[in-house]
Amino acid sequence: MLAPPSPVTVEIIVNGTPRRACVEPRTTLVDFLREHLGLTGTHIGCEHGICGACSVLLEGEPVRACCLFALQVEGLSVTTVEGLAPARGELSRLQNAFCEAHALQCGYCTPGMLIACHDLLARNPRPSEEEIREAIGGNLCRCTGYQQIVDAVKLASGQEAAHG
Amino acid sequence: MAEPPRFRYIGQHRRAVEHRRFVTGQGRYAADIALPGLLHVAIVASPHASARILSVDASAALALPGVHAVLTGEDLQPEIEPMLPGVDAPEVRRFPLARDVVRYAGEWVAAVVADSRAIAEDAAELVEVDYAPSPHVVDPEAAIAPGAPLVHPMRGSNVIFRREFVWGPVEEDFAAAAHRLSYRVRWGRSATVPIETFVCTAAWNDATNLLDVWASIQMPKFPDLLARCLRLPGNAVRVHFDVDVGGSYGVKRGLKHAILVGFLARQLGRPVRFLEDRLENMRGGDMQGPDRLFDVTLAFDDKGVIRSMRMRALDDVGAYAGRSPFQLGKPVGAIVGPYTIHSVAYEAISVLTNKTPQEAVRGFGQAPTNYAIETGLDKVARFLGLDRIELRRRNLIPPERFPYLIPSGTLYDSGDYARVLDKALAAAPYAELLRQREALRAQGRLAGIGVSTCLEPSGGNSSFEPLFNPKNTTTTWMDSCLIRVDLNGAVTAVMATSSSGQAHETLVSTVVGEVLQREPDSIRVIHADSLSALPSNSPVGSRMAIMLGGAAAGAAKRIRAKMLRIAAHNLGVAEEALEWREGAAVLRADPTRALSWARLVEIAHREFHNLPPGMEPGLQESFVWEVPGGGGLPTPDGRIQMYPCHSFEAHVVLASVDPETGKVALHRYVVGHDCGVMISPDVVHGMTYGGVAHGLGAALMEKFAYSPEGQLLSGSLMDYLLPSAQEVPPITIVDHCTPSPLTEFGQKGSGEAGYLGGPAAIASAINDALAPLGAALDALPMTPAAIWRTLRAAQMARAATESTREPT
Repeated sequence: MLAPPSPVTVEIIVNGTPRRACVEPRTTLVDFLREHLGLTGTHIGCEHGICGACSVLLEGEPVRACCLFALQVEGLSVTTVEGLAPARGELSRLQNAFCEAHALQCGYCTPGMLIACHDLLARNPRPSEEEIREAIGGNLCRCTGYQQIVDAVKLASGQEAAHG
Repeated sequence: MAEPPRFRYIGQHRRAVEHRRFVTGQGRYAADIALPGLLHVAIVASPHASARILSVDASAALALPGVHAVLTGEDLQPEIEPMLPGVDAPEVRRFPLARDVVRYAGEWVAAVVADSRAIAEDAAELVEVDYAPSPHVVDPEAAIAPGAPLVHPMRGSNVIFRREFVWGPVEEDFAAAAHRLSYRVRWGRSATVPIETFVCTAAWNDATNLLDVWASIQMPKFPDLLARCLRLPGNAVRVHFDVDVGGSYGVKRGLKHAILVGFLARQLGRPVRFLEDRLENMRGGDMQGPDRLFDVTLAFDDKGVIRSMRMRALDDVGAYAGRSPFQLGKPVGAIVGPYTIHSVAYEAISVLTNKTPQEAVRGFGQAPTNYAIETGLDKVARFLGLDRIELRRRNLIPPERFPYLIPSGTLYDSGDYARVLDKALAAAPYAELLRQREALRAQGRLAGIGVSTCLEPSGGNSSFEPLFNPKNTTTTWMDSCLIRVDLNGAVTAVMATSSSGQAHETLVSTVVGEVLQREPDSIRVIHADSLSALPSNSPVGSRMAIMLGGAAAGAAKRIRAKMLRIAAHNLGVAEEALEWREGAAVLRADPTRALSWARLVEIAHREFHNLPPGMEPGLQESFVWEVPGGGGLPTPDGRIQMYPCHSFEAHVVLASVDPETGKVALHRYVVGHDCGVMISPDVVHGMTYGGVAHGLGAALMEKFAYSPEGQLLSGSLMDYLLPSAQEVPPITIVDHCTPSPLTEFGQKGSGEAGYLGGPAAIASAINDALAPLGAALDALPMTPAAIWRTLRAAQMARAATESTREPT
């Protein structure tokens, strides 16, 4: 077996701040965020692009951080769950709605779910139930049965949602 | 009937206190524990279902830069104690790493430790293992046939547990019945498959001789078992219960993971983490669920009243067993479902095969049994030409008969089953479902309505342990809570287990707030570690609303009682003259005379001279609660009080099947649910929605499929399919409340809600859809392919019948 290639320095703009680390070239974006930047809000679920737990925004578009190398996004802008709140100690409208509508239980899929829903609301401020279900169709949740997530997105978009 | 009691905080909408950290990415899961010098583990797994290990050569792996160690079963096994089954089968010994023999494809053979997970995985590929494949068996019926290859030859049989119970006059009831009907159903091998895999991080300290463990677990007695297997005293293992667990629903036991990681951390003197990848989780995580064949015969009269049942359940537990055979024991406590069945013969058989071991799954074996019973109800209705709902009404236990003793010895605490069913039907509404079914049929789709009425036993007491193992004398499964009020008057409650999404911090703070009349959001709830904790049996068996809720209430009541005693002493009045109002002690006859919360705290913490004589200073109280009703050993014929409380769910579903593809769509889903008083309604509803979705997966999509060679064919989320938001339909929950007479606030458990009746109802709907074609399917999951094959077979059979009718 060949020795692993030399580490490379990667710089990514994470949640608005340039962040740099020296990593093996094969380091995935999710490992870069979690292990090298200490941003553990982005979770690892399947590592083959199905569950969506590792979703982040790349230049505003949702992507699977387990299926990208950190090196591939050199110089680009990444938003993680830690970057969704408007300010420290505050919650975004969507985060607030997730709390209010009990849209989570164990919290493990939640960061990816928030990324998917954040992206949906950015594109479509008043989505229908069908559009919400389609938008989160690539994010698996084992706790909620999705109902209260749909309710939360409706709530965040100013639409009436059945309670609990 | 008495109105449910009124509460101030209990039963109200309240944001779960856990949510804020999760929505901001501040949860702290086992994989988030960053320790200096952390090393990582990768596994070398067996590619064979059954083989002898001839040699393991780790030299190439060890030569790779960044690799610290390669551990084999040969190295590990002599240093630790085996994990043993809960039933009396000491020959079935399990170790984290196999030695000499592997018994399933995916079994761990060696562990590689390296600077990073990637290097460990590279090195794992360099470990050379020579195997000599040996005969294997993957079918449970073949495994109990004479001459089958033995999974554990020392055992002498592949049967790890078998017992036949007879409760009541089965022979007489069968002889007296007008009709008998026999059928077979199969529950497929699925599991809960949390999005977080198992993770364990451990660190050993040479100076203190202490092993610190952060693990993604939900397991009763985990710290004690871990210490025993590692040959350490219990006080040398500290399991941190303050890690957030990313879903479990039963399966997150992870004992072998923690034994391995704990051993490595101690051996290497470095902190070690093992984070399973998805394939490792699916094939080697030992977390697959029940895989059961039921053969059932029902005896009933012309009106469809079922008098007696014979049930044989054959469950494939895979190559090793921990608590899995007990999953045939828990249903003993609800073996007649919600029905007045008078006598039962039940044969429970757990069989070993060369497959990944079975672990606890939501409901602990009750969902498959409910599915088997409900299928029978539908078949009886069809046989007699009766409506399935009417048939259920004729068999449901009526409300006036509670508490109700079932033939197998369990007393059902309370219920109003027909009323919950009525509420679900009204919410559908049922007449509209009938109309829609006809409309769908008119469009050329196969359409059906499904109904199930199922029990949800709760307040887990583990009574199946002595029932299934005469050497086991377990009769208590307590839980506990410790409450402290500090000098500034703030309340902290300490619980003794980790949580995997059940919002226990919300539960405890709501209950403590209710008793003390303090704002729940001001109460902090923390998770102790195993060395600072009072006893707990973990959040299994739908027990925490009952057990942790009961313990928290008990401790809070002791705090309140102490404060009232201090107040009585200082006001110079009898305690009985006082009442607790808004967190203060108030003289009932003259509310201007009172001692405030702050003043009572001040006295307790600072003023010994104002304490009643003999009173301990400070404000801290603990409470250890036994499962309501207490524990007892079984009778010789196997009657026992299983779980104390009995929630109930009635599901009504409208489904359609595409006749061309076999694909199912759910058009309407209603579940009527009665779990007594709900402490946190949002949490209960969330679990119920999730349980229905999980049940949908088990009914239609999820299966650990094996090839005849014993290879797992569905080891990724691309072939083991989890329901997404596009498969799970909108769900309507209709609440009903029959308080439990056994619990503090009238609450019952609800952690398994939705899952216990969902698969039965969905299967019922599909069979209603298939019935006009003369087709029936009695095996889960009802995948499009399985439905299509059933339709095809029915079509062929019809064609054959028609051709024989043609004139010659």
